[in-house]
Amino acid sequence: MTGFRGSQARTSTTEFAAVEGIFREEYGRLIASLVRRFGDIDIAEEAAGEALVTALEKWPEVGVPPNPGGWLTTTAGNRAIDRLRREKLRDGKHQAAEMIHDDTPHEPTGIITDDRLRLIFTCCHPALAPEARIALTLRLMGGLTVAEIASAFLVQETTMGQRITRAKTKIKGAKIPYRVPSAEDLPERVGAVLAVLLLIFNEGYLSASDGDPVRADLTGEAIRLARILHELLPDDRETTGLLAMLLLTESRRAARVRHGELVPLDEQDRGGWDRALIAEGHALVRECLAANRPGRYQILAAVNAVHTDAPSAADTDWSQVAALYDQLVRLDPSPIVALNRAVAIAELDGPEVALAQVDRLPLSGYHAWHATRADLLRRLGRSAEARQEYDAALACCDNTAERAYLTRKRGELV
Amino acid sequence: MTQYLLTVHGSEEENAKVPEDQWPVMFAAVEAFNEQVRADGVWVFAGGLEGAETATVVDNSGDSPVFTDGPYLETKEHIGGFWIIDVPDLDAALKYAAAGSKACQGKVEVRPFQAEPPAA
Repeated sequence: MTGFRGSQARTSTTEFAAVEGIFREEYGRLIASLVRRFGDIDIAEEAAGEALVTALEKWPEVGVPPNPGGWLTTTAGNRAIDRLRREKLRDGKHQAAEMIHDDTPHEPTGIITDDRLRLIFTCCHPALAPEARIALTLRLMGGLTVAEIASAFLVQETTMGQRITRAKTKIKGAKIPYRVPSAEDLPERVGAVLAVLLLIFNEGYLSASDGDPVRADLTGEAIRLARILHELLPDDRETTGLLAMLLLTESRRAARVRHGELVPLDEQDRGGWDRALIAEGHALVRECLAANRPGRYQILAAVNAVHTDAPSAADTDWSQVAALYDQLVRLDPSPIVALNRAVAIAELDGPEVALAQVDRLPLSGYHAWHATRADLLRRLGRSAEARQEYDAALACCDNTAERAYLTRKRGELV
Repeated sequence: MTQYLLTVHGSEEENAKVPEDQWPVMFAAVEAFNEQVRADGVWVFAGGLEGAETATVVDNSGDSPVFTDGPYLETKEHIGGFWIIDVPDLDAALKYAAAGSKACQGKVEVRPFQAEPPAA
């Protein structure tokens, strides 16, 4: 983004924030249409950056145009053409750009929408390293700066810059296509995109950083991208499921941490839950139930719906939660799913039955396994063992709020 | 269209693990895959290599050529064979690599050839 900060001097902070907000909102769409036209991510990014500089100069003087997205797309397209001409590129790229350059107005739907869908599949391509997929998605679809992504994932800005550059070099050199995958590959490729969105969300929700225990910027961005994907693939049930799951998890965010300490579900002030997000999430879960083709994210969304449906922790329909986890175990027989199922079993059949199941799981390096054992042992009055398990959980837990909670619980043991 | 090099990587140890009666099955699978690549019109070249112990490294970057017996990299895993295919993009190349890997029961690395430099 050449000149991004430099332009700030001539523009007031409010105007700058307003333009930046519009730019952020339009960024994914803008980049996607430029990549389609010019077939090159670097050219697209540079042109988008130049369009922003122009917007910061012009909009405060003449006002925001009626269709800012269209304005940005046209301006960036012209900048890219100018640049290609200036550099007198005589290869096919220039020719191609000349040929497909057109001034038809920016449409908010149709082919432009498809461009964003293409772009997200390129960003989340299985031939890219998982951490590169996350970084590219946030950069190109979310419009986050390299510095913002680096700070979110606790790495140096240069390291993150290199990671993104390497991924772009591979896309270009290995010819990773800019295309919606074929119908036969679609479910698997959508799965890869959903996994990236969930990782972004979890990085915000279960932040391992020393600072905020919850990073609302990242959870918000994951939800924004999940909404876009859901809009682009309205019939994909797992996309619907993931969006519902994220919304229902996010709805509890404000009640989940109090004075820097994690508040477990049964102790949360349910009045602090976001009812609008819950209503939206429940509607999506009902959509999934009606389609009756359950997948991993749809089931997890349904579990969240059971919790957010209960007026109090005591009213929770645990048999429903256990039944949903039974269904999930059949799809994904992983020990982590079994651990979550055991939490429901503890409510239905008591902590002793649950503990026997938890003990069998090979999860001794996972803090949630130790935390669950600690809680079950505590409920069984086995304080000495519970204390050891709280220590073990603390030894492998990075989240500050969860550490505070575990420390308090250990201190309360008698 | 882009040409991709599909190399099969494996070790003598791994090869030795395949029971002898399975060899004809594997050869037939590889031949069937080769036929498919030809039929699809994406075949450029392919071949299986003799063992890494037959390799010779030549270095003529100095005054005179130096010949060294054995493969360039002293590792257990070596390239056993390769295909060169000409396909539109990486997705297509990965599909052939997956089918080739299944046929020869080995790991396949996919690498694009550089594009021809633009004519001056």
